[in-house]
Amino acid sequence: MNIRAVAVDEATRVSEIVESCRHLEGPLLPVLHKVQEEFGFVAESAKQIIAKALNLSRADVHGVVTFYHDFRDHPAGRHRLKLCRAEACQSMGCESLAEQIKAKLGVDWHGTTSDGAITLEPVFCLGLCAQAPAAMLDGDVYARLDEDCLGDILTEARR
Amino acid sequence: MSVTVFVPRDAAALAVGADRVAAAIEKEAALRGVDVRIVRNGSRGMLWLEVLVEVRTSQGRVAYGPVKASDVASLFDADFLNGGHHPLCHGLSKEIPFFKSQTRLTFARCGVTDPLSLEDYRHYQGLKGLANALAMAPADIVKQVTDSGLRGRGGAGFPTGIKWKTVADAVADQKYIVCNADEGDSGTFADRMIMEGDPFVLIEGMVIAGIAVGATKGYIYIRSEYPHAIATMGEAIETARQEGILGSSVLGSTYAFDMEVRVGAGAYVCGEETSLLNSLEGKRGVVRAKPPLPALQGLFGKPTIVNNVMSLASIPVIMDRGAGFYRDFGVGRSHGTIPIQLAGNLKHGGLYETAFGLSLGQLVNEIGGGTITGRPVKAVQVGGPLGAYFPPSLFDTIFDYEAFAAAGGLIGHAGVVVFDDTADMLKQARFAMEFCAVESCGKCTPCRIGSTRGVETVDKIACGIEPEKNKALLEDLCNTMKFGSLCALGGFTPYPVMSALKHFPEDFAPAPLVEAAE
Repeated sequence: MNIRAVAVDEATRVSEIVESCRHLEGPLLPVLHKVQEEFGFVAESAKQIIAKALNLSRADVHGVVTFYHDFRDHPAGRHRLKLCRAEACQSMGCESLAEQIKAKLGVDWHGTTSDGAITLEPVFCLGLCAQAPAAMLDGDVYARLDEDCLGDILTEARR
Repeated sequence: MSVTVFVPRDAAALAVGADRVAAAIEKEAALRGVDVRIVRNGSRGMLWLEVLVEVRTSQGRVAYGPVKASDVASLFDADFLNGGHHPLCHGLSKEIPFFKSQTRLTFARCGVTDPLSLEDYRHYQGLKGLANALAMAPADIVKQVTDSGLRGRGGAGFPTGIKWKTVADAVADQKYIVCNADEGDSGTFADRMIMEGDPFVLIEGMVIAGIAVGATKGYIYIRSEYPHAIATMGEAIETARQEGILGSSVLGSTYAFDMEVRVGAGAYVCGEETSLLNSLEGKRGVVRAKPPLPALQGLFGKPTIVNNVMSLASIPVIMDRGAGFYRDFGVGRSHGTIPIQLAGNLKHGGLYETAFGLSLGQLVNEIGGGTITGRPVKAVQVGGPLGAYFPPSLFDTIFDYEAFAAAGGLIGHAGVVVFDDTADMLKQARFAMEFCAVESCGKCTPCRIGSTRGVETVDKIACGIEPEKNKALLEDLCNTMKFGSLCALGGFTPYPVMSALKHFPEDFAPAPLVEAAE
């Protein structure tokens, strides 16, 4: 595999993304979202390209990327499980559910399972507060969870 | 003749299998050779009944819930397409007590219509407010909003009309309408429900705001945790553009207004208006010092209205029915209706829109039906992570801005989260500090450092290290955060902490030593 060719290709794509957002007012967040959507994270090399294209300093872009919880500096697993830890879910026992799921997956918060299938992340509120505990797997939401049904959902995802 | 069946597309319904239910109904109908038209509506807000399937009959809509895909065959067996009896049947939707006792103004269409059908929207009084607004002078629109007594539904309760007037009076080449849809408070989902269930009402409200103050561009800042709301709003905006509601000539008038959705990136503090503006500009979501007010120097330094989803979504009904109609609801200085979100450990959780003036106890025990676990209520947190914890002894507190402030709390975005007697209030106080530490933007010291010191101090109390001294220290720290922080994150974190300490002192008593127990 030609590593250099891949890198050039990535650089081209990042530049294309910046161009596609250039007409927006305050384009940086939309650009970062698109880069992360495509590559799964915002690489150091991408920050440089974005900074140059938008006439920002690398420090500016780095500062923005690190401010927001959503942006990653390394790839996640194939699936991202976001388990809600906010008060409404706490009132229905999300903390013990989280402990069970951590044990089951063998990871802590922000960890990825050894097979690379699932990254476990905390989230503070999915807006499903009357049906707690709630979680989001990739873009899909789930409510009224217990260990069994969350286990089934994860098994299904791993297939 | 085809029968219309409603299966909600709201995230709350999807989270408990609405897509599977819709697919099962379609399949079963095909199998039985029945002509069924499935409409994916918004949610009625009775979330313990989701998936709430409704069938249109000659008497009105008949409700069935909570329906699972495995129930569908038995529903057909029970002739649910003609409103037949079934153990999951609740009779006519509008007669269900939780629904019937509400006053739905902002949520009038939510759960009734297909959210993306502009035809439905028009049929149910949509765009009438905008039509009225177009026939008025902009200053009169602002006056209507002021006269309605509408106060910011995001939490601060600032009079919306006064904010609008400030922007209207400002002179600038460009003004903006920014909708704050960064609904990060736990226990709140009203913004999400309206964006997924009736997106056009928000668009209409923003267009009216634009006309009133002379703004031509709007942004809706939606948190990334709401992918369904983002998608629905995006589609609705596209439709509104095609239908001439947005664009260079709003409904054929001389006014121009366009808008777009912007997606947040997981920072709670971006629900604070100045931090949200920085985020929209592509910067770190750091809070700005005020003044200057965003109304004068907001987005890109231009005069900007920053309003919550609920405030903007209440504008069309005010412009349609008049300021007096809206103002007549409510008590004291809290006018109109408030969509209360009943959440957490509650039997009947959901969205309950009502005039201000119910007591907290009525909301929790009568409307919410008490805890789902069947255990006694221990504490109720009102207003999200920055709201105070109320014990049942304060259940006679009336739900309005002033009464809650007097009781040492806040309404915030009107989320009500119920905890049963298994809750440990020291843990909840610690969480409030921990959350503030994680989410602090870092600009001001009381919030950035105070929250971390707060966690440590609560931990010391938990371990029984000089508890009295540390409780006094915690109180002192809370005082510093309350008065020294730049925004509500650091400034209001003391509410849950101090209310927990004040109302539940037993949970802060030193843990009995293990030796002593033996």
